[in-house]
Amino acid sequence: MHEVGIMESALAAIRQQAETHGATRVARIVLRIGTLSGVDVEALRFAYDALTPGTFAADAELEIESVPARAHCAQCDTDFGATGGFILTCPRCRAFSSDIRTGRELDIARLEFPALP
Amino acid sequence: MNTPALTLAEPTPGFRINALTGAATGSSRALSGPLSAEITAALHASGNGEVAVRSVDVNIPLLEKNDILAERNRGYFLGRGLAALNLVSSPGAGKTTLLERTLDEFGRATKCAVLVGDLETDNDGRRLSRPHAPVAQITTGTVCHLDAGMIARAAQSLDLDGVKILFIENVGNLVCPASFDLGEQARVVLLSTTEGEDKPLKYPPIFKSADLVLLTKVDVADVLGFKRDVAVENIRRIAPQARIIQLSSRTGEGLAEWYDYLRALAAQT
Repeated sequence: MHEVGIMESALAAIRQQAETHGATRVARIVLRIGTLSGVDVEALRFAYDALTPGTFAADAELEIESVPARAHCAQCDTDFGATGGFILTCPRCRAFSSDIRTGRELDIARLEFPALP
Repeated sequence: MNTPALTLAEPTPGFRINALTGAATGSSRALSGPLSAEITAALHASGNGEVAVRSVDVNIPLLEKNDILAERNRGYFLGRGLAALNLVSSPGAGKTTLLERTLDEFGRATKCAVLVGDLETDNDGRRLSRPHAPVAQITTGTVCHLDAGMIARAAQSLDLDGVKILFIENVGNLVCPASFDLGEQARVVLLSTTEGEDKPLKYPPIFKSADLVLLTKVDVADVLGFKRDVAVENIRRIAPQARIIQLSSRTGEGLAEWYDYLRALAAQT
C-alpha cells in the first residue's frame, strides 16, 4: 500500500499549490496516472478518502485520468499501443521493448480552487 | 490552518538512522535546489460573467518531493564521484549475504559504503559492519520502502570520502520500492532460485525498472528444480533492457562478473 504515502505526498504538493494561489480549499483535483505507473487507482482513491476528511481537500472532487501505455520498438522503429501489461511486445516483429513512451505518468494535472471572494 | 512547509529534514514517524561504522565527522552538507513548478493559471467565467472557480494547470509529479530529493541525491553522489546502487528484492533473496561477500572481496580494493533499510533492528547493519566500509542502518518503522529523503539524511551521516560505490539495500519488498527513485545510478533487482521462475511476471513494475537483474542462489537451482533458462526468459520479456548476472554468494559462481560490473560503474563516475 505505497499509495497512501504517494497520496500524502500529493496532498502536501497540492496544499502548497493552494497556498501559492491564496486558496484555503481545493474544489477539484485532476490526476493523470499511466497504466504502467505501478500505482493502483483504486488504492489511490481509498487513500484519498482516508486522508482528506477534515482537511483543506475535504470537499474536493478527485478525478483520475488514465493514460494508456505506448511503447517504441527499436528493432522495426514502430510505436505501438501496449495492451498486454508490462510485457511490451511489438505487434510487427514480436520483439520485447523496454522503451515506454507513455504510461508511466504519475502527475497532478490540474487543480481548481474556489473563486476569491 | 496548520500548513507545514515542504522541507528536507522532516523525518517520517518511526524513521531512524543508525550509523554503525564510518560516521561522518564535522558539519553535515546541506543539499539545496530550487522547488518550483511551471504554473499557468486560467480563470473560468461562469454564466453571469463572475469568476466562479480558478483552474490551474500544474503538471507536477505526484511524487514531486521525492523526485526533487532524488535528483539532489543524484547530483550529490555524482559530485562526490561515487556510484549509488539501489538493491531491491523480496525479503530473503540474498541482498545482505551478497553485500557481505562483496565488501570482503571487491570492497578491499575499491572503497564501498552501505545504507541498509529494514522496518526494525540493526541486524543487517551489524552483519555488514567492516572497518574498511562505512555502514548506516535505516529503520523505517512501518514504511515499506526507502525514499529519497531518508537517503539524503542517511548519506550525510556517513563519511563518504574516497567511497566509489554506495550500496543502498532497500527494504525487502518487490512492490513499493519501484515507485521511489532514490537518486541511484543503477537499480539492481535480485531474484533468488527459491522464489520461482515466474516472479518477474507476477511483480513486473520492479523488474521493468531494473538496470541489472541478479539471479541469486544458483548453486541450489538444481536441488530446487529451478529452471534457470525459464527465469531468464521471463526477465527478458519484462525487462529486455536489463543485464542479467547469475551468481551464488556461497560458492562464488558469477561473482567475478558482478565485480566487473561494479568496477565499470565506478570507473564511469
